[in-house]
Formats: sequence, structure tokens, C-alpha cells
Amino acid sequence: MKRHLLEAGDLDRADATLVLDTAAQIESALAGREVKKLPTLRGRTVVNLFFEDSTRTRISFELAAKRLSADVINFSAKGSSVSKGESLKDTALTLEAMGSDAIVVRHGASGAPHRLAQWVQGSVVNAGDGTHEHPTQALLDAYTIRQRLGRLDGVRVAIVGDVLHSRVARSNVWLLSTLGAEVTVVAPPTLLPVGVGSWPVTVSYDLDAVLPKADVVMMLRVQAERMNASFFPSAREYSRRYGLDARRMGTLPDDAIVMHPGPMNRGMEIAAEVADSVRSTIVDQVGNGVTVRMAVLYLLLGGAPE
Amino acid sequence: MTESSALPTEPPAAPLLAADDVARVVDRIAHQLIEKAGPDLAALVLVGIPTRGAPLARRLAARVQAFSGTAVDVGTVDITLYRDDLRLRGVRALEDTRLPESGIDGRLVVLVDDVLFSGRSVRAALDALRDLGRPRAVQLAVLVDRGHRELPIRADYVGKNVPTSRSQKVEVHLTEIDGIDEVVLRGDQ
Repeated sequence: MKRHLLEAGDLDRADATLVLDTAAQIESALAGREVKKLPTLRGRTVVNLFFEDSTRTRISFELAAKRLSADVINFSAKGSSVSKGESLKDTALTLEAMGSDAIVVRHGASGAPHRLAQWVQGSVVNAGDGTHEHPTQALLDAYTIRQRLGRLDGVRVAIVGDVLHSRVARSNVWLLSTLGAEVTVVAPPTLLPVGVGSWPVTVSYDLDAVLPKADVVMMLRVQAERMNASFFPSAREYSRRYGLDARRMGTLPDDAIVMHPGPMNRGMEIAAEVADSVRSTIVDQVGNGVTVRMAVLYLLLGGAPE
Repeated sequence: MTESSALPTEPPAAPLLAADDVARVVDRIAHQLIEKAGPDLAALVLVGIPTRGAPLARRLAARVQAFSGTAVDVGTVDITLYRDDLRLRGVRALEDTRLPESGIDGRLVVLVDDVLFSGRSVRAALDALRDLGRPRAVQLAVLVDRGHRELPIRADYVGKNVPTSRSQKVEVHLTEIDGIDEVVLRGDQ
């Protein structure tokens, strides 16, 4: 493993498999226990440095660090010296001077964690940077797929929706193809990034044609807050062509699963009855997020400093 | 655990225990377990410490059942996340932790390991057990006790006491993992 986890490309197949196996061992070690805490990272400090809003990722990282007995400091840009104009670099150096061993960073600017990694001694974990990457989300998605389907090699995954603005999609494309899955991205042409042709994926504009051949459907949130132009005529039209409703779900193979990284726009990209169906892994994904982030923190911080 | 390695690097030394010795020692410990547990035998849980404690625990359970007719529960507890030397070495892969469905509360837990050396693995295992439940009592069975304890820990069942120097290595090989049953002493003197 490298010292930082900045993007899915930092993990080769052996590393990614190690993270998933470690998470599985942690899950079985904690299953059914009253004390869901391990002493592994006692005396280590993890800083959650969040410049963007987040519910599940921040809480998930906090819980993961606490279950490994690390001390956790939560920093959100609101209410800090960032509002007085302090830069990312000064903020990070300040936190490190106070003794942090790892910084989990979410930032609105793509590439911010990479810059941070050049400034600090400890490990940096990317918890989402702009429209670039969100590698731990991809790891927990891969873990969830392996848990439900028993394998990743050769699994056909359709990633559907706002690929252009989605860091979840980017990380999943790279990680899942590293792990041997066959990825198809499905979106209106306006919501695909320039350069999608160089990705290890098949591109489709027709959801109905892809669904019968998919083992996994990953629905993406339509990121209205990042849309400064009109990418599709109306929400209803988007929903009709690219939303997953019960009828479309019925065309999936029998054991196929439906995933969503959250937060969901029910009725937009995913119908409520689909989100709540037995095929949906949305709640599993949240639970697995804690386990997978424990594995990442253990593998980054659990050994001797290099 | 740390004392055993699958790769023999030096010319073969005469083993401390050959395959039939290992089998005899396991049989003897099984008899001792039956004798010492007495009417408590059904409450016994044999918990192996990976890597090589795990197959040893399974073998002991099979022998106890063969001699007494009582089936005993078996589990494994990975101690990696409880070690006190994590920061001294590179990051380690985790191994299985599996306990019987009925848990260990109120049971007689016997930890099983291949080599007892500093006692630190056993301390880590005791910490792990504390988080997993509250056994009525915890005992320790090892194939080889090589001395050099760094903690006030002793074994209740010992296959063989081997006087060693610190620089020597005791390698335990088991068929399930290494394809052969033997215990070898390597290194100077």
C-alpha cells in the first residue's frame, strides 16, 4: 500500500483485494460482539478535514477511526479560521503541528488532497475532491458487490446518470476495472465527461438496452448543485429516460442488485419502491462503509512508519 | 506464531519433534484436557491463535472427541489488531476470527498456540477474549514452551519444554499449512 489513498488508481489489484479481505476479517471479528471496539490505533490521531458538507462520509470515517480507538478531530470549514481566509496549506500544517497522524479530506476543488499530500508528513485519505475521485466509496461499493454476488471478476456493472459530475463514478470505474469487472456507463451525452473514450468502459445512452445484461446497477445522484447550465430539458424527462423505476428493475437478471451512493433524490434517478426493494443494497453500503474505512485506516496507520 | 516460518533456510537439523511425536503430544494434551475439565468438558471451547494454533485446536478437539465421546466447540481468534508491537513492523494481513455460535460467556476457554515465547501473543489473545465475552475461566495449551517470558504468563498444558537461546528459532510445521508435521530448532548453539 502507498502512504496515501488519493485515488482509486493508487491501488493495484493486490492492494485493493487486501483492503477488501481486511474489511471482511474485521467484519467477522466484530460480528455479534457487544464491544465493537478494537485497540489497534490507540494513541493515533485522525483529523476529518471537511470543506464540503457531508453526512454519511464524515460520520462513517469518524466511526471507523473511533472503533479502532484512534482520537478523532472533526474540522469543518464553517466556523473555523478558513472563514477568516486561512489557506488549505496553513490549515493542514496547523493540524499536523498539533500531532495528527492522518488527514481525511473532503474538498470542493479537484486535486486538493494531492496538494495536501505534498505538504504533510502523515497519511492523506481522499474523502471526495470536487468532481475527481472518492476512492473509499468505490472500495465500499466493491465490497458490497463481492458480499452480495460472491465475486468481482467478470461482474457486469452499469453506472447510470450524472457521470460528468460524479467522483463516485470515476473512482468506481477505475477500481472496478482493476478488480476485473466489466463497466458500462450510461448517461445522456451532456452528462458524460470529455475523454470518457479513454476510460476502460463501454459507453451507452440507452438504459433499457443495458439493464437485461447487468449484474449490478449503480444509480448516481443528479448533482443539481454542480449544474450551472442545463444538461437535460427537464427533471421529468431525465427521470423517464434514465431513472430506475419498478418496471425497469423488472428487466434486470434475477440476482442483479441496485446500488446508490446516497444521498438519493427519490423519484428522480431512483423510484422509492426500487430504493426500498430487496435488490437494493443502499443500507448495506452505508454499514459496509464503516468496515471498509476501518480496513483503510488500519492498513495506512497500523504498521511501522516508513 | 512469529517463531515459525514455512521456509527452511538452513540444512535440515534433527527435529525436536517428528511427525509421530507431534501426534503423541497432541493425544497427551487431549487426555489432560479431559481429565482436568472433568464434568465441565461440555463447556470447553478450544480457541486457536492463527496461524498454527488454529489447526492445532481443531486436532485437539478431534482427539478429545475420540477419547471421551464428547464433541467440543472450536474457534479461532486473530490477535493482530490487539498486538502491542504493531508500530515496530510493517502492516500485517488479518486472519480469521470465528467463535462458536453459542459464544464464550460462562465457558471454559482453552487458548491453543504452537509456541509460547515472550507471552505477548497470549496477552493480546486475552485482551481479544475480554472484548468477545466473559468466559468462566481461560487456560492455555501450547505445543512448545521455549522460555524467555516477558510477561507473567504460563501454560496449563505443554507439549514439550525446550530450553533455547533468544537468537534461536523454533519452527513448527503442521500438515494443514506446511505439508509436514515437525518441530525444528534453528540458529546458533
